Amino acid sequence: MHDDDALPIKDRTAIVGVGQTAFAKHLEQPEKVLALEAILIALEDAGIDPSEVDGLSSYTMEGTEEIEIARNLGMDAVTWFSQVGYGGGAGCGVVGNAAMAVAAGQCNVAVAWRSRKRGAAASRPWAGVRDQVHGNQQWSRPFGLLRPVDEIAVLTRRYMHEFGATREHLCNVATAVRSHANRNPGAMMHAKELTRDQYMGARWISEPLCLFDNCLESDGAGAVVIVRRDRADDCRQQPVYIHSFAQSIPAQHQTMTNYFNDDPLVGPSYACAELLWRHADFGAHDIDVAQLYDAFSPLVILSLEGYGFCDRGEGAGFTDGNTLGLEGRLPVNTSGGGLSEAYVHGFNLIVEGVNQMRGQSCSQVEGAETCLVTSGEGVPTSALLLRN
Amino acid sequence: MMPMLLPAPDDDSRAFWAYCAAGELRVQRCASCGRRRMPPRPMCPSCRSFDAEWELLSGRGTVWSFAVPHPPLLPAYAEQAPYGVIVVALDEDPTLRMVGNLVTEAGAPLNSVDPHTIEVGEPVEVVFAPVERAEGEDLLALPQWRRR
Ligand SMILES: [Zn+2]
Repeated sequence: MHDDDALPIKDRTAIVGVGQTAFAKHLEQPEKVLALEAILIALEDAGIDPSEVDGLSSYTMEGTEEIEIARNLGMDAVTWFSQVGYGGGAGCGVVGNAAMAVAAGQCNVAVAWRSRKRGAAASRPWAGVRDQVHGNQQWSRPFGLLRPVDEIAVLTRRYMHEFGATREHLCNVATAVRSHANRNPGAMMHAKELTRDQYMGARWISEPLCLFDNCLESDGAGAVVIVRRDRADDCRQQPVYIHSFAQSIPAQHQTMTNYFNDDPLVGPSYACAELLWRHADFGAHDIDVAQLYDAFSPLVILSLEGYGFCDRGEGAGFTDGNTLGLEGRLPVNTSGGGLSEAYVHGFNLIVEGVNQMRGQSCSQVEGAETCLVTSGEGVPTSALLLRN
Repeated sequence: MMPMLLPAPDDDSRAFWAYCAAGELRVQRCASCGRRRMPPRPMCPSCRSFDAEWELLSGRGTVWSFAVPHPPLLPAYAEQAPYGVIVVALDEDPTLRMVGNLVTEAGAPLNSVDPHTIEVGEPVEVVFAPVERAEGEDLLALPQWRRR
């Protein structure tokens, strides 16, 4: 047994409410309204009045400030608020930081959220590209690595070269995740099946990555409510405990164009996983279901390695035999994830993790007791272990 | 035609780009412990020294990886797509890498070498595409790569 006093996070807090708006290529409401809608749904789900919220946690890329959230929802004094950077790497950190604040007594009811419209320039890091490129991107953008997909295509090619991975493996990820979306009426790709032939015939976006290796472009928002364990028992839904939480910026990391450290294929997930598992009572082999950040299909393969489901270089082969499907060893992205449900910087992965632990997923893994949720691989990242 | 993107020289990178304009590929080398670093920055991550020299390199390397972007892209790039973008591992230390393009000669289009002929591991050497600068602007040239 661990000394729980030495681990002030472990199981001390729970997610007691989740909320999501509809997801679509275009929604009429502004980002602010989507954020308020998602938060309101999450608080109703928990059975907690908005006036009780005193902690707010979001992404640095979030377009709506905390003061807007607080005064629209009629919150009383908010005593803790914070933001996490690096886009898709932030999600689990946003929730984990809120859990730390709740566990430390800096607030009692924390809300974490993300609202995102694809038309909003601030939400898309590459949409601000100008003819003069500043900072880290001056080393890559002038040469035509313009979009996140181009940056990840470079890593993918190297991975294929070193380990003999092929497009068949990327296709394994894309089709498994799509099959989950086909069971989720809220997924943008709910009605669209994806066959291996369609995948192989798809147009290139940035070789070796094709259309179906890329996440969707979505409008939408998600929110979760975090309280202390003792408070969780009074809430409307079954509590889902935050068992462990970690973030990482690994040595010599450069976000997205992470080509400058000794081994760029050992990504941020490795360092994040080390802390995550060290603070946990269980390991990768005990995980029943996982929500692995999937802005691009190869990130799932890199995360399988980083979080220890297989050894380095074995992530591609791990996907063979429909391992990631509902009947497989490790069902992954069971709502359809960023590839096939919606892309809201990974926040829907957190909501789906909670749904699995409640037994409420559209692709419910029978008897699931543990869920790993991860945020962006390839950027400073974060992860959560959830249990019921 | 909308111009291609250019690096914006800053406190960390100004010297690197100016050396490129002079036809030299140089990287920072710690004056205390000798560790090379790229991209440039003020401090050595090994010994925390602020003192560095700009070491002249051979300009030779090998292709570590590459991508082949297709549209939608910014117009100046879409016109040349599909094109190859390579990451070069430098001969002096293969953990020092640079992003660039494989071209037939300095200043040639990004697609002047068929991107589908690029191979991981093939040897390349640097060439510099000059960039016209107005009076008072930081000097600048773009390192590109050709087969050797
Ligand atoms: Zn040094």
